[in-house]
Amino acid sequence: MSIAGSPFGNLLKRKWWATPLVHALLVAGSTVFLFPMLWMISTSLKPIDQTMAFPPKWLPEPFQWRNYVDAVNYIPFLQYTINTLMVSGFGIIGAVASNALVAYSFARLSWPGRDWLFGLTLATMMIPFPVVMVPLYSVFRELGWIGTLAPLIVPAYFGSAFNIFLLRQFFLRVPKDMAEAATLDGASEFRIFWSIYVPLAKPALAVVALFHFIWAWNDFLGPLLYLTDQSTYTLSLGLQFYQSQHGGTQWHLLMAASTLTVLPVIAIFFLTQRTFLRGITFLKNVDVN
Amino acid sequence: MARESAKRRALRARSRVPLAPILGKGLGFASPWLVGLILFTLYPIAASVIYSFTDYSVLSAPRWVGLNNFSEIAGDEVFWISLKNALLYALFAIPLGLIVSLVIALLLDFKVKGVGIYRTLFFLPSVTPLVASAIIWLWIFNSQFGVLNFMLSKVTFGLVRDIGWLSDTRYSMSALILMSMWGVGHTIVILLAALQDVPVSLYEAADMDGASWWQKVRHVTLPLISPVIYFNVIMSIIGALQVFAVPYIMTSGGPARSTLFYAMYLYDNAFQFLRMGYACAMAWILFLIILALTSISVKLSKAHVYYVN
Repeated sequence: MSIAGSPFGNLLKRKWWATPLVHALLVAGSTVFLFPMLWMISTSLKPIDQTMAFPPKWLPEPFQWRNYVDAVNYIPFLQYTINTLMVSGFGIIGAVASNALVAYSFARLSWPGRDWLFGLTLATMMIPFPVVMVPLYSVFRELGWIGTLAPLIVPAYFGSAFNIFLLRQFFLRVPKDMAEAATLDGASEFRIFWSIYVPLAKPALAVVALFHFIWAWNDFLGPLLYLTDQSTYTLSLGLQFYQSQHGGTQWHLLMAASTLTVLPVIAIFFLTQRTFLRGITFLKNVDVN
Repeated sequence: MARESAKRRALRARSRVPLAPILGKGLGFASPWLVGLILFTLYPIAASVIYSFTDYSVLSAPRWVGLNNFSEIAGDEVFWISLKNALLYALFAIPLGLIVSLVIALLLDFKVKGVGIYRTLFFLPSVTPLVASAIIWLWIFNSQFGVLNFMLSKVTFGLVRDIGWLSDTRYSMSALILMSMWGVGHTIVILLAALQDVPVSLYEAADMDGASWWQKVRHVTLPLISPVIYFNVIMSIIGALQVFAVPYIMTSGGPARSTLFYAMYLYDNAFQFLRMGYACAMAWILFLIILALTSISVKLSKAHVYYVN
């Protein structure tokens, strides 16, 4: 690894105006990016007549906190939240456990057909979801799972090509000597996996868990396909349902409900930023050829 | 001759270890995926191929119709509209998104104080649930009370006003493309990481040759991060052609089908009109389009992407 450079060299040191300029541009840019969020929060606290004021009022006057109580009572918000937590929580357990086991097999155990199967696994990533959408629906329908949370949770327990790939890369970097010593001591394969590889892979497992959480929390198409009863709706689907029923009038309540939906993801993101960004930059090193 | 005997030696060495336990162990650990691969991937892929040649409503058994779905698609005006919309979106959203991300990543690369905070702010929209983003932007784009129209009329002294961002066919696609710029956080983070891998020695060499900052960006930075850009473009193409949630929630494809995307029309066929066979045929055409575009990118990349090794 060499020292990183920049096409702008040491501009910051050479020119007195460089630092303020970069800050100004970054402040301007990030304000534009942050604005929609702030606007959502501001609208969520306004009395209804202020949402339709033109020119718009930047800040609510007064802050109407009651909107949040109203929004939560207006839709089965608690039920939606519980459903979403079930989908993401049980999904995380499945995704971490299954992908770790499978990736271990691909990275550490050598068995005939392994590399062929791994190639096939990578190839399936090329298949766009719409191709399997209809047959998957039929499978879940045959199983009697339509209208339940099962199609959103159970598949996580059977691995996913991307996560297998991610964890395999990580396991491959673990030095072999510890595992070899453990084998000589008569440790079982599962023991080696569980006491040597899993603890070392914690950062990568955290990435899998985090990505799965964000994905499950935000997923819209899955719930739209499989959930038929309002009592099983997740937050994403519930919010869209509410919007399509009452959109266009009660923007303050809609924004309050949206804020509550966004909040947990943002909070998790802030708490786990390092893990998260590590996961994203992992993508950078993926060679598509 | 030499190769032959090496192969035989390898075979003999392998045969000393009993095969069954190794295979058992390997498959044992991989078993969740074996089930998942067959049940949730390979079987659906095979079934999708078959369904695409059938008339299938999910309520009754599929009925073989040969190539009917495909020939009907060829003459389906709405199909072509949805394909055109998806390609149009990709054509503008991908390059614009890349330019915006690159400019922001270059700014973040300056490593001024608080750069972590800026990076977080740029990334935040990327973790926001799509449904919430769609609702926020519905409100921003609102033609009557929307804050975007308000700001536009302010800066143009009332010249530009009351634009029906989502209700006017002239603006609806632009509105969705504009909105997509909000979600480029992933690309920014990936590009930033790539920028930080460009070694300082190359810039120093360029400095010796008296290169300007633009020449350095053009001839050092861009070539070195081109594999990452290339990877991003391919992923963006695959993603753009499958855009669904945002237009579904914001416009339902309207007005006058101006934002009806490929994946939406596919979904409508499958789950609104219960023409699952037709939808599968559309899905395979989508796959072929993605394959074609990806292989074109691979070809182009041979000329434009620079690999260090």
